[in-house]
Amino acid sequence: MITELGHFALILALCLAALQSTLPLAGAARRHLGWMAVGQSTALAQFVLVALAFAALVHAYVTSDFSVVNVAENSHSTKPLLYKITGVWGNHEGSMLLWVLILSLFGGAVAWFGDNLPPALRARVLAVQGMIGFGFLLFILLTSDPFHRLVPAPLDGRGLNPILQDPGLAFHPPFLYLGYVGFSVSFSFAVAALIEGRVDAAWARWVRPWTLAAWCALTIGIAMGSWWAYYTLGWGGWWFWDPVENASFMPWLVGTALLHSAIVVEKRDALKSWTILLAIVTFSLSLIGTFLVRSGVLTSVHAFAVDPARGTFILLLLLVAIGGSLSLYAIRAPALRGGGIFAPISREGALVLNNLLLATCAATVFLGTLYPLFLDAVGGPKLSVGFPFFNRTFVPLMVPALLAVAFGPMLAWKRGDLVGALQRLWIAFAAALVIILIGLYATGGGPVLAVLGLGLAMWVFAGSAVEWAERVKLGRAALAESWRRARHLPRASHGMTLAHMGLAVTVAGIAASAWQVERIEIMRPGEDLPLAGYTLRLDGVAKVAGPNFTADRATITVLHDGQRVAVMQPEKRFFPVQQMPTSLTAIHTTLLADLYLALGDADGKGGWTLRAYWKPLVPWIWIGAVVMAAGGVVSLSDRRWRVGIAARRARGVTQAAE
Amino acid sequence: MTRKRRRLLAVLAGLGMLGLATALVLSAFSDNLVFFYTPSDIKTKSLPEGRRMRIGGLVEPASVEKSADGKTVAFRVTDGANDVPVTYAGALPDLFREGQGVVIEGALGKDHVIHAATVLAKHDERYMPPEVAEALKRSGHWQGEHPPQGAKTP
Repeated sequence: MITELGHFALILALCLAALQSTLPLAGAARRHLGWMAVGQSTALAQFVLVALAFAALVHAYVTSDFSVVNVAENSHSTKPLLYKITGVWGNHEGSMLLWVLILSLFGGAVAWFGDNLPPALRARVLAVQGMIGFGFLLFILLTSDPFHRLVPAPLDGRGLNPILQDPGLAFHPPFLYLGYVGFSVSFSFAVAALIEGRVDAAWARWVRPWTLAAWCALTIGIAMGSWWAYYTLGWGGWWFWDPVENASFMPWLVGTALLHSAIVVEKRDALKSWTILLAIVTFSLSLIGTFLVRSGVLTSVHAFAVDPARGTFILLLLLVAIGGSLSLYAIRAPALRGGGIFAPISREGALVLNNLLLATCAATVFLGTLYPLFLDAVGGPKLSVGFPFFNRTFVPLMVPALLAVAFGPMLAWKRGDLVGALQRLWIAFAAALVIILIGLYATGGGPVLAVLGLGLAMWVFAGSAVEWAERVKLGRAALAESWRRARHLPRASHGMTLAHMGLAVTVAGIAASAWQVERIEIMRPGEDLPLAGYTLRLDGVAKVAGPNFTADRATITVLHDGQRVAVMQPEKRFFPVQQMPTSLTAIHTTLLADLYLALGDADGKGGWTLRAYWKPLVPWIWIGAVVMAAGGVVSLSDRRWRVGIAARRARGVTQAAE
Repeated sequence: MTRKRRRLLAVLAGLGMLGLATALVLSAFSDNLVFFYTPSDIKTKSLPEGRRMRIGGLVEPASVEKSADGKTVAFRVTDGANDVPVTYAGALPDLFREGQGVVIEGALGKDHVIHAATVLAKHDERYMPPEVAEALKRSGHWQGEHPPQGAKTP
């Protein structure tokens, strides 16, 4: 019964989405306030309805209602409660429902918090949001209905893929979707601005917090996915340039560019049509990501099932959304006149450089990811692009971008002083040089690129610190004065410093991966394995039973200078429902390095294959991502009151104009 | 700076970036395009040695042999019509099993053995990698996707 209610709520949401995508648009064109107001109420109602549908599906999972096909195929009565709930989005239908839930959440949030938006802009934004919702709700109802019943109901379900039964992965899709779908708001604002034919500083101020929120969530989502791959797949890699990873990385790259170019629109009234284009492209890439991951054209853990009808439908959605918005852009963008003029060496210039490099990076990743699919589609040879391709195109483009991160914020708007900026950055330069020299000395000239990478990370970190210190006049004024300045600095400025430092931390973690040590050995109980100054002693391997699996658990004592520092227990699990083995790695971290153990197979003669890695600075990759997202959140906390100011000012302007 | 000069500069910067990207992509493409072959292709065509390639197929039953030190493993990959020997030094994925679909990335050695750099097995027991399906289709040993039991309602 509850399931049918959920289905009904979803159909109702579709009808409301149809209303939401038309009436407010007509209202905005005819300046009919009542019609425009429909956008807000339908957006809120749509969120409530989709939330109801989602709750109905969660209910079916929690109560193990196997008469629902989706539950029967993806859940099992012995599964722990957490994975019963997260299993809701561990399959195609449920994850699409989550996608639409988050879409309607953002639509509802625009309606709820958008009181200070001009009514016509709000109506148009909500209408575009409604169109996206309509497309995806139709997709779910026609091709991916999660509420299908099964008669007769099986006694038990088929269970969730064990590799997905993991706390890290449980929350990876919601964050990723918050990011992907969050960019739909920037997209809707961009399309609404094109329809209105007006982009101004106030528009940028409204768009930026939404973009920032989506960007933070996407950063966390990507980091979680990478962390999950690191600790579950058992070979210690954290990024494979896998098409599915690229699918989430491309919107991140362009989204980062959008975040920066929106500053220029806000502060200097320039780069308008470029920013609009970035907003469209960012969400388009999110849609393409969804298509790549959901259509089954890629081999991965994300490709749940291959159904050509779904791929065709998403492709159609893509064509309408991307083709439509880009056509609109082609028609209306020339009318957007840029205001502020700036010299190449200026804050704007540095942000343009950032945008060019990020966009180019995204383009090369796009090419490497889609070229094989394109060739396949036109009947060409079947091929794939090896991951060295990405390293060889991505790294050379990222290096200048990272170099620019430090001095960009030091340049003044309109016309900057590059020499002056570089002079003020001498401390950062010296710090980077010291790191490079120490690195070369300590590693005996080790991989030069990795040492330079560490130096680059230091340059970005120290450069950001110097910029912040200058703003608060640290060391040049009394400490009390610096403290007063720091408190009065806009939150966005602290956020930027924090995010750039996070980037530096991530870069350092990536660069240091060149020094990892790897050992694969067959070990018998009682034997020792030396690794990077540690001694690993295998105490034994025992059989243990979990809630829905059995496992071989190795107990390994880690010794350092004869002292016991840790006991690690990597496992090899077997899930009888799916007849599938997985490995559970054991990680001992000092935050400066990880010891990483994965248990392999028994050799039948009392020995076990053990894979052991020592990975310096690897936790920094994810710590840096978290710091970046934290910077975004700090910046976001600033925006709230500034949005208010922008609205008041804009209202004053429109009143004066009328 | 006038509007015209500014636009010219922006266009030049854009073009420069495009040129740089094209150069990078082309140089990286030339070494890193990995073509896909089936075991039959390897038997029947003379393929260059040492070039990275992908091979899809099923792990031939009773062909997996581990070396004494446990570091390398040898097995054969088949598409039903032909099979090729593969050696791999590294950790096999959890779902690597005899009779299951795998995708191997590696190079053909002088000994006509594929030296694998990576071995990919499917993540999910219900899912067949498209490359493997392709290899089986080409050799005529395709039996269709295993339909999940009781999945569709009437």
